[in-house]
Amino acid sequence: RQEKLAVKKKRRKEREALGDKAPPKAIPKTIENQRVYDETTVDPNDEEVAFDEATDEFAPYFNRQTVPKILITTSDRPRGRTVRFCEQLSTVIPNSHVYYRRGLALKRIIPQCIARDFTDLIVINEDRKIPNGLVLSHLPDGPTAHFRMSSVRLRKEIKRKGKQPTEHVPEVILNNFTTRLGHSVGRMFASLFPHDPQFIGRQVATFHNQRDYIFFRFHRYIFKSEKKVGIQELGPRFTLKLRSLQKGTFDSKFGEYEWIHKRREMDTSRRKFHL
Amino acid sequence: VVWDTLGNKQFCSYKIKTKTQSFCRNEYNLTGLCNRSSCPLANSQYATIREEKGRCYLYMKTIERAPFPSRLWERVLLSKNYEKALEEIDENLIYWPRFIRHKCKQRFTKITQYLIRIRKLTLKRQRKIVPLSRKIERREKRREEKALIAAQLDNAIEKELLERLKQDTYGDIYNFPIHAFDKALQQQDAESESESDVEKEEEEEEEEDEDKDKREFVEADDSDLSDFEDMDKLETSSEEEQEDEEETEKKASHSKSKGKTPLKGPTRRKRPYIEIEYEKEAEPTTKTKTS
Repeated sequence: RQEKLAVKKKRRKEREALGDKAPPKAIPKTIENQRVYDETTVDPNDEEVAFDEATDEFAPYFNRQTVPKILITTSDRPRGRTVRFCEQLSTVIPNSHVYYRRGLALKRIIPQCIARDFTDLIVINEDRKIPNGLVLSHLPDGPTAHFRMSSVRLRKEIKRKGKQPTEHVPEVILNNFTTRLGHSVGRMFASLFPHDPQFIGRQVATFHNQRDYIFFRFHRYIFKSEKKVGIQELGPRFTLKLRSLQKGTFDSKFGEYEWIHKRREMDTSRRKFHL
Repeated sequence: VVWDTLGNKQFCSYKIKTKTQSFCRNEYNLTGLCNRSSCPLANSQYATIREEKGRCYLYMKTIERAPFPSRLWERVLLSKNYEKALEEIDENLIYWPRFIRHKCKQRFTKITQYLIRIRKLTLKRQRKIVPLSRKIERREKRREEKALIAAQLDNAIEKELLERLKQDTYGDIYNFPIHAFDKALQQQDAESESESDVEKEEEEEEEEDEDKDKREFVEADDSDLSDFEDMDKLETSSEEEQEDEEETEKKASHSKSKGKTPLKGPTRRKRPYIEIEYEKEAEPTTKTKTS
């Protein structure tokens, strides 16, 4: 370790000595830099991807034909924390309703939801009194994503928070969803929110993907000047990790899985990410 | 004899003792307790009910087969019909002591009830228990923390918002025409026409969080201003302009106070600027004092 410090000092002295002619500073290696190249990374100009996205299940949403209507529910017997989290989530996502589940089978409520015109279904799974899983299902026969949820912070646990989010439609920021899989997951998230955000509300919901973890935050922003913006966090926060993506609606036995996280195979390299 | 040795005095490998009671682990035991009357080892005439794969059998042990341990227990399949099975028990255990007959029927009843329950539960949803590996949990947690640090969420969000502002996704709601502002400052040193320009720009700047109708209203008034058609109309319209601007200022300050408090600074900074302009422009009106 001391050797490293010595080398650094020498290098710095060399740089100062050379002055302007010094070679440019070396870029530090980060995991994002060293990331194993994923062949499914989406090129912004990729035609095939654009065509796929125009014809997949989210096309009606992105063409503004459907307005999202969301049903939030939990697993059996939710505890206080989960209930409160559901309520806060329903204030964040406009046009969403929370229904409690008393022993109803998911397979049976899905056709009922479709009949009542819901576009998305969110099930929050609970374990040992904290929410730990999220199933997001796009209803008219859309893909179903199963996430593991961690570090859930309710509104009162967030420091320096603002007041309650208002009823305005928030903007959506999706960061870092690069691969094909990431793209489809990102579109799923985008389809939860109505397409036309109300800028009066100045609220923004962020889904930021970093190393396969999706961080969700909800902020209120204000532009102090042209180059400076202030954000204030309000609303719950949580992180998600994708476990599996199914093609149809939620069906644990007969569903066709598009992607499952296989622990033995996929967790071997520290520089390989899938989303 | 057997009971005297094994049962209560010496060691019986099937016997389990607890504080209040002792149990018998023998598979052929009828009640499960360790008693003189329910020990299959100590009684030469004994019967039990056992179930295999959902079907119930009656096992019987008689003294005649005592020397043949492999043929000791005789097995009878009972019918699936509850009442018929009870009758079968009765006819097989005819002339047997009352205790054994009664206990056999009780045991049979209990077994059928729990079989029914099993069948009902398998039809409902079942919880699948997934094992959680501690090593993997710890690893995931560490990785999540590191990812959070690497993400620098606040910076990323701010950058994205500024980009959107630059790309004009917000339309005309936020106007920070810094270049135009500088130009206006330069023009201010020049002539009176520039005053109205500056006023226009400052009015526009104020219009954060304003509805579009109000903006159109203001813009229409601006065109009147530049035309100088009707002095009266001008005065009244400028009055209304000022009222609107006061309202919007108040609204802006209200909506901003919801969020962050330091915002009152910029709005205050802008107000005195504009007041100066009003005084110069619309002298006869008394509304200036209220602003």
